[in-house]
Amino acid sequence: MQLYLPIAEVSVNIFLILGLGGLVGVLSGMFGVGGGFLITPLLFLAGIPPAVAVATSTNQIVASSFSALLGHLRRRTVDIAMGSVLLAGGLMGSALGIMVFNWLKARGQVDLLVELSYVIFLGTVGAMMFIESLNALIKSRRPGARPKRRKHYWVHALPLKMKFRVSGLYISAIPPLLVGLSVGVLAAIMGVGGGFVMVPAMIYLLGMPTKVVIGTSLFQIIFVTAFTTMLHAVTNQTVDIALALLLIGGGVIGAQLGTRIGARMKAEQLRILLALLVLAVCGQLALGLVLEPSELYEIQPVAAQ
Amino acid sequence: MIRLALLLLALASPARAEEIVLGLSRDQVAITATFDGSDILIFGAVRREAPPPVNADPLEVVVTVAGPSETAIVHRKERRAGIWVNTDPVRIEGAPTFYAVATTGPLGEVLGITEDLRLAISTSRAIRAAGNRAFETADHVAALVRIRKAQGIYRLQEGAVDLEQETLFRTALALPADLVAGNYTTRIFLTRGGKVIDSYETVIGVHKVGIERWLFDFAQERAALYGLLSLLLAIAAGWAASAAFAGWRR
Repeated sequence: MQLYLPIAEVSVNIFLILGLGGLVGVLSGMFGVGGGFLITPLLFLAGIPPAVAVATSTNQIVASSFSALLGHLRRRTVDIAMGSVLLAGGLMGSALGIMVFNWLKARGQVDLLVELSYVIFLGTVGAMMFIESLNALIKSRRPGARPKRRKHYWVHALPLKMKFRVSGLYISAIPPLLVGLSVGVLAAIMGVGGGFVMVPAMIYLLGMPTKVVIGTSLFQIIFVTAFTTMLHAVTNQTVDIALALLLIGGGVIGAQLGTRIGARMKAEQLRILLALLVLAVCGQLALGLVLEPSELYEIQPVAAQ
Repeated sequence: MIRLALLLLALASPARAEEIVLGLSRDQVAITATFDGSDILIFGAVRREAPPPVNADPLEVVVTVAGPSETAIVHRKERRAGIWVNTDPVRIEGAPTFYAVATTGPLGEVLGITEDLRLAISTSRAIRAAGNRAFETADHVAALVRIRKAQGIYRLQEGAVDLEQETLFRTALALPADLVAGNYTTRIFLTRGGKVIDSYETVIGVHKVGIERWLFDFAQERAALYGLLSLLLAIAAGWAASAAFAGWRR
């Protein structure tokens, strides 16, 4: 069944888009990533113009993240205090990131920088997570293994201590603020919600339990993507509400399934899967940079003034 | 007096001994929610005051349909330090979003180069005519045409126009599903020996109707409200799914 999209100005298969939304929704519920780094390229493949794909996927992420967040709230796996601190840092970071982005754009080659930083960042984060969670999985299989005691880093000596009850942490508010800030900068430059960077940062830098990390990441993603959606709608008019509704229809259902799958799995298994996903996206991007393209030219449409 | 004026007018334009009379199966295309392409039949006849010249070259017909234009930036990829980088961006003005050329025979034979230069008929000519400097942009324009031909939005259909006894002609044009709304300029040229002896221009209007139209206008004119509505829908859908699943589980 075909539907003509009013803003994208293309005709698409309804079930294809519902399926794409559902797939990304499952990932969103399982891992707490928004899925922007996955849905946008998939929409390109479905023939949606890039500008519309980028803007509309942010709107879809709001819906699936909200659906998944409600599931996590019911399970009490959201640290709202931590989420708020991260969000505060994230919004400052976005503003900073947009400035950096414009500065780079004025110098040219911003696309390359974005792609390279994607590859380096995804590669590092993915590889680290994969090795760590594989070790954890092997240890947990071994009988008589004791859970490791939480380490004390220098971050625990900083001032401005706050109690993050759900995470079971009593640490300074400065590290989460800095994590939020740097993720915000990256998100603005790379044009994503930043969940795939935020999740590992919360696990490894802040020492939060994996189950709480996902709900908390979703909490802050909703605000970041809602802000981005408004920005796109007002400045570029590229949010396609019909496309968004189709993606949302698949996405919210997928997110509910994902939350349930995630709740039944071990934290280490969840982290391994996310690591593999991140590495796969990284590999695909790296190949695109290194392999000779079949078409040496690329068209980039400019909106009529 | 009027007769004299008409006579003078007729004498002043001897080239129009053969004239196009055109018909279109439709001159408006409505884009609805279920739009998945549209077929348009372009047909017509050649009107003559006198019988066709005896030893003249055969009559040929060229039909072009051009969608609304846009500006495009075309990059060339180049390998630098092992990585393929976008280099050498060229801004190409007035690249049509759709361009189809249908002819009675091979374009090179049907149409002379000077006529193509003058009237901007072939795809690359039509783009270049929009004020793009030919010398620097030639490779980029060629690439633009090549890519869009592969996408099926630029077409050259040689022999797709049927011409009956040098009088009746027709061609069918299949407009794709991913059609950009706007005015589609349709031109018909009659040629003999590569020279254009008559031309005719008309417009096919492609417009969004119903909910498509309403949503598009809404997004353009009340952008902030539209954005808020999108967010509200997203939150409501997320909540509804969550509530539905919670109920189902109990």
